[in-house]
Amino acid sequence: MLSFALQFLNGLQITVALALVSGMLGSLLGLFVAIVKLSKLRISGFLGQAYTTIMRGLPELLVILVVYFGGTAAITALTGRYIEINAFAAGVAALMIVFGAYCAEIFRGAIMSVPQGQMEAARSLGLKPWQIWLFVILPQMMRVALPAYGNLWISLVKDTSLVSVIGLTDIMRVAFIGAGSMRAPLTFYLMASALYLALTSLSLASFRVLERRIQIPGH
Amino acid sequence: MDIDLIIESISVLARGVFLTLSLTLLSLVISFILSVPLSLLRASPNRAFAGSVLAYTYVFRGTPLLVQLFLVYYGLSQLAVVRQSILWPLLREPFWCALATFSLNSTAYTTEVFRAGILAVPRGIVEAAQALGLSRLMQIRLITFPLAFRAVLPSYANEVIGMVKASSLASTVTLLEITGLARRMVSETFAPYEVFLAAGILYLLLNFIVSAFFRMLEIHFAQSSTGNSKNAAAGSITSRLRHLRRAMGDGQANPYETGQPTIHPPVIKKGKSANV
Repeated sequence: MLSFALQFLNGLQITVALALVSGMLGSLLGLFVAIVKLSKLRISGFLGQAYTTIMRGLPELLVILVVYFGGTAAITALTGRYIEINAFAAGVAALMIVFGAYCAEIFRGAIMSVPQGQMEAARSLGLKPWQIWLFVILPQMMRVALPAYGNLWISLVKDTSLVSVIGLTDIMRVAFIGAGSMRAPLTFYLMASALYLALTSLSLASFRVLERRIQIPGH
Repeated sequence: MDIDLIIESISVLARGVFLTLSLTLLSLVISFILSVPLSLLRASPNRAFAGSVLAYTYVFRGTPLLVQLFLVYYGLSQLAVVRQSILWPLLREPFWCALATFSLNSTAYTTEVFRAGILAVPRGIVEAAQALGLSRLMQIRLITFPLAFRAVLPSYANEVIGMVKASSLASTVTLLEITGLARRMVSETFAPYEVFLAAGILYLLLNFIVSAFFRMLEIHFAQSSTGNSKNAAAGSITSRLRHLRRAMGDGQANPYETGQPTIHPPVIKKGKSANV
């Protein structure tokens, strides 16, 4: 039983790492797509819309399977040998694509909530475009985006469990292996649920604190 | 990319659409029936009721659906009580396990969605219903729930789309719905792109139908005279005006005879500006 406690700890680390890496990359992707969607170019807006609509309409499990099997097939075709793609990398890529699509929608709404005058004022002060985004738009849009972003993060943490289907030894996979070898599925899956619940509770509490911190009094 | 293979996969995977749809629709129906009373309890001022429902929704919304599914499918069989119960022939089957899990999970989300709607119903409307002497059940049936449901229709649509997507997890407990069939086909044909593309097209089609349906429902509600309080007011005034106009047009019927408060038709002067 003790060895499984250690394995659960390893699984926890992998789950957290997977969520953090794909969350961070997905946020960047989402921000990029949101900016692209808001640009005046017709074609980029259309591409951004197609990306968010398609990705939000597909099951996460399907995206993970596509990236894993599709990636393996692509690498095998390129190198001529059968090479299985790393489950962690496939998981990060798949979750990043899904997370980015939802993020883009949240960020787009948040960017639109920042008054146009802020951008114009920043431009008239002679700030460069990257400075305008980093110092003027981002801090103000984050305040609007944070509640929805927190919910999205929590669903990302839960979606990491799907990567166990392609063989990544996260919490879910450890529970699956343990349940099989110890013939005690109830115990192991309850343990896994407790770990996931702890992760989501922790996320929820941190986002509450963060929201309170960046709140403007009286708003 | 092999177009023929894509078309062939779509025709094979289409056989899984029925299972996907039946899982989705059945669990949506069950969760709708369960979450109406639960959301009323969750929104009630009674701390004990609200707290116990919150505990249920918190746990089910805080853990992955996959864990819940495995807990029910693999975990419950560990308990001797379950194996000896009359429900065992059902709980042995992956379909019923998946259905039970999806229903419980969806109930948790739907309860929170409906609760937000119930809390959004203006206090004055509920008080007016009380003043009219409606019983508690009638208040809920006629006033609170219809208004709450309209308010949360977009969030509920998201929940329905989420359920269509979540039904893909049934493939992990050996059910052959769209994703399950796709996985089996990929292992047979070694053509992941074509097969998964076909599966993706089917899911997108389903979700497109769902969102189109809810958009129609929203328009339908917005256009009906009791869509919201603003429309309701406008509706009653226009109907009153129509009534008045008909009375005026007939030239005989007196609108005051009806005993209802009516307003005089405004005198419109065409082409003249009286104030200048």
